[in-house]
Amino acid sequence: MKYVDEFRDPQVVQRMVCEIAATAARLPPRSQPWQLMEVCGGHTHAIFRFGLDRLLPDCVEFVHGPGCPVCVLPESVIDQAVALSQRPDTLLCSYGDAVRVPGTGGSLLDARADGAGVEVVYGPRDALELARRRPASDVVFLAIGFETTAPATALALQTARREGLRNFRVLCHLVLIEPPLRALLSDPELRIDGFLGPGHVSLVTGTRPFDFIPAEYRRPVVISGFEPVDLLQSVWMLLRQLEQDEARVELQYRRAASTAGNRTARAAIDEVFEPAPATEWRGLGALPHSGLRLAPEYRAFDAAELLTCTAPVPAETDPRCGCAKVLSGHMKPPVCPLFGRECTPASPRGPLMVSSEGACAAWYQYRQETADARR
Amino acid sequence: MPADKRLTLAHGSGGEPMQRLLQEQILPLFDNAALAGLEDQARLSLALGPGERLAFTSDSFVVTPLRFPGGNIGSLAATGTLNDLVVGGARPRYLSCALIIEEGLPLALLRELLASLAEEARTAGVQVVTGDTKVVPKGAADGLFINTSGIGVIGAGIDPGTHRLHPDVKLIVSGPVGDHGATILACRRELALSGDLTSDCANLWPLVDKMLSEPGLLAMRDVTRGGLNAVLHEFAAAANLSIEIDEAALPVRPAVRGLCELLGLDPLQLACEGRLLAAVEAGAADRLLQQMRGHPLGEQAAIVGTLVPRRTTPVILRGLYGVERSLPPVSGELLPRIC
Amino acid sequence: MCLAVPALVISVTDPSRALALSDSGGIRREIDLSCVLGEGPPEMLVGRWVLVHVGVALALISDEEARASLALWAELDDGERQ
Repeated sequence: MKYVDEFRDPQVVQRMVCEIAATAARLPPRSQPWQLMEVCGGHTHAIFRFGLDRLLPDCVEFVHGPGCPVCVLPESVIDQAVALSQRPDTLLCSYGDAVRVPGTGGSLLDARADGAGVEVVYGPRDALELARRRPASDVVFLAIGFETTAPATALALQTARREGLRNFRVLCHLVLIEPPLRALLSDPELRIDGFLGPGHVSLVTGTRPFDFIPAEYRRPVVISGFEPVDLLQSVWMLLRQLEQDEARVELQYRRAASTAGNRTARAAIDEVFEPAPATEWRGLGALPHSGLRLAPEYRAFDAAELLTCTAPVPAETDPRCGCAKVLSGHMKPPVCPLFGRECTPASPRGPLMVSSEGACAAWYQYRQETADARR
Repeated sequence: MPADKRLTLAHGSGGEPMQRLLQEQILPLFDNAALAGLEDQARLSLALGPGERLAFTSDSFVVTPLRFPGGNIGSLAATGTLNDLVVGGARPRYLSCALIIEEGLPLALLRELLASLAEEARTAGVQVVTGDTKVVPKGAADGLFINTSGIGVIGAGIDPGTHRLHPDVKLIVSGPVGDHGATILACRRELALSGDLTSDCANLWPLVDKMLSEPGLLAMRDVTRGGLNAVLHEFAAAANLSIEIDEAALPVRPAVRGLCELLGLDPLQLACEGRLLAAVEAGAADRLLQQMRGHPLGEQAAIVGTLVPRRTTPVILRGLYGVERSLPPVSGELLPRIC
Repeated sequence: MCLAVPALVISVTDPSRALALSDSGGIRREIDLSCVLGEGPPEMLVGRWVLVHVGVALALISDEEARASLALWAELDDGERQ
């Protein structure tokens, strides 16, 4: 595959590993390893899939960030989606990732097994097509994701409005990348030395949501692509900034991302959505202005209106759950008392075990072999 | 009975409509003496030579859509059960065919699907000797479900099985993995995908017939749902050993890889319907591999892994950059990812 | 968090809605080009590579930048050999 295989080339990877080791060796010595947070769950997935963390020198390690929309999805949203799917003549559509997430009374897949209407789609336009084909049903799209995913939902809603499709609705839990990063960085205990920025969010947002990290917290950021060569190059770029004691936002993913991002996509988001006063995050609690809701002109498409009870229930987390510490770089997943015992991908107790992109699920999936070994 | 007709509950009632369906539409497809008697059972004279054994297996087929590139539920119902016999070293002899039909299924479609089943059986030299037909109300089945059982004969001295597995044994997969699963996924209307994808649905006997005479062949499994991942876990569990897999050695067609990249799936979890995993003594692996590659069903066979003494996890994948990771068993339904 | 894949724009299927057929590693799917159109008609993007997320093209891929980022490491290797 073009633009994929070249960026997985083992020879190039080998060269980068050597260069990273050489750069790391020039960093000032210290007792703690240099911790680099990959913000995006897609990066977490690639790091584990290709074993990139094992290629780094001992003094550099990845910390897995909050950028997995599935992991941060509160149970209350799933419960709302389940309730909608159980209405008569209703089809609840969403991405494959979302239908597995457990709510308080089970997941959307469980609801489907009990006879509810649940369909997995590739994108919102497919949900729109289902609404056209089934005029007698309400087709509800559960919209989750960060800024990358929001434009597709916005475009589908614009089309629905233009066509006057009355049976298409959206249950909106779209979130923004900057607020959870701000919440993380405001923790005085945070030990992260640099950030790998989410390349696909940046396609839409540009680099602006990350500017505050060097400006206010003096930590370097490199906006990274998703292939092994991209991620290792980004690590190397971060180490170079650390070596030179610099802190700025750099773009590694230049073949697709830009400082400006995609204005057309942002215009679609701005037309269809508005910032919600507060949005609930699994593991992080309610964060102000951290999510999107339908703008007044699009309220008619809001699936929440179909619900009889809309009061969101705050997510309850087991007090022993180590997710918050894992997120802030204070704990490795297998050290958590729940990890692998009470908390597994089949029955997750904390947000990071929910999706294969969550740090704990990725450890569980790929690292059982060494769960008790290194670090 | 006109060809544009649809099946109704009456066709499963046991009365005259059912008799006409059988006599006019179904039985002619499977013409053979054992079936022609129309008793409640097939009566078979199967004389076993010294040391020969019978193999008996059963499988149900519920694939959606009923037709897909490379096959249909009929051809699958034949090859699926044949392959379950074949990987035990058995030469298939007889099949049964039981139908659960959802009312409303077009007769012409049923005939087409059963003709494919009959054709696969005939090509394999196998007779369909007994069967059953039920029609269920709309919504109680998805078009057509087929159950087939099969009987085969295992030659004297042939005993492939997981009881023979031990450390250092090599694992050979007979061809690219995931073709069937990728094809079926791409057929799902709501994903709206298309590509150069064809199911690998095939009767493996011609390939296995060649392999059985090779020294060092220890065990075989056909790779079906759950993909290669599932068979690796079955082998590891049965032998109480671990398996090390070399990711770079795994044969995967470009379009299957493309689909996996697009939907965030792992080709090792996608189903096959014409592939097997063979376990072979290390010293005999290269020779068996050459034999397999000499047959059209094994042209792209590859040595993909090795059995090793038990480690912390049953299946370990060595990736492109030499880093090992555990390959967990498939959990739940295969769903496309966005993240 | 977001799986986006490179896709080659093959043909425009609905110019009024900027829909086009794309190919990613041999898999074809209809995608929405409206966020990467710029000033020109969608036909201008036939033959271009885009990054697609949940059916929407979010960016054009710059081949020049892709080569540049790989060349950096090719040069590094040459430098070491000299």
